[in-house]
Amino acid sequence: MSPAIEEGQAETSFSPVEIFLDGCPEAVRSALAELLSALAPLALDIEETSSIELVLAEALNNIVEHAYQAGAETTGGPIQISCTHHADGLHLRILDRGRAMPSGIPPLGQAQPTAVAIADLPESGFGWFLIKDLAKDVRYRRIGEQNQLDLRLAVGLPLPH
Amino acid sequence: MKISARAEGDICIVTVEEDRIDAAVALSFKEAMRRQTETATHIVILDLTQVAFIDSSGLGAIVATMKHLAPERRLVLAGLTPAVDKVFRLTRMDSIFELFPTLDAALAREGT
Repeated sequence: MSPAIEEGQAETSFSPVEIFLDGCPEAVRSALAELLSALAPLALDIEETSSIELVLAEALNNIVEHAYQAGAETTGGPIQISCTHHADGLHLRILDRGRAMPSGIPPLGQAQPTAVAIADLPESGFGWFLIKDLAKDVRYRRIGEQNQLDLRLAVGLPLPH
Repeated sequence: MKISARAEGDICIVTVEEDRIDAAVALSFKEAMRRQTETATHIVILDLTQVAFIDSSGLGAIVATMKHLAPERRLVLAGLTPAVDKVFRLTRMDSIFELFPTLDAALAREGT
């Protein structure tokens, strides 16, 4: 399934990237490396590549941990990443066949309160905040037995002229 | 999860000898940190110079380490690379941790 082209944002000549993985932490690492390597022709800077890697890591970790509830003993399930480059940045679509997101919408992803005592500091829950902070147009849909997460990273933008 | 530790006076310096602290190793990182800081009495400097990437799991594991060491022991972080520093800034965890650009800078401040 190839991502829909957003209205008015033409796709560039960059070849679309499709990555398939089985949802487990090691496979997530490989997928991230594979995607970053495939993006080399875009000559992105470190600020851009670090945003891409972080957003995708968080999204994939969420799928492994929550959609597939994969742990040390259990294997995950299939994940498909599609990436295309448009005038407004990188469009990513991530598909999995795990559990639906509770209540059908992603968590609010608020910044964690930090003015708390050390003993009460949060150790989790940063993931969605980072996704929503760094990515645009984040949209989750449940389609049949599939979860579909779309997002856009405003990177690799054409120079103004 | 490769981590090494050494003492300089009453400072415990823990060096992460891997380039990622992410979901794949967060648990083993926490366990390794507990082991390596068992004899730390006062300050632990976590040297992250070799770490090119952390995700929210890695951040959470570092927070968990700080909580484990408190209240008797303080955890400070040194040598954050740009991608790692970004995670601390975006989550505003840079207001919770003392961050030093290099291990030497951390030692200069904490060693006195």
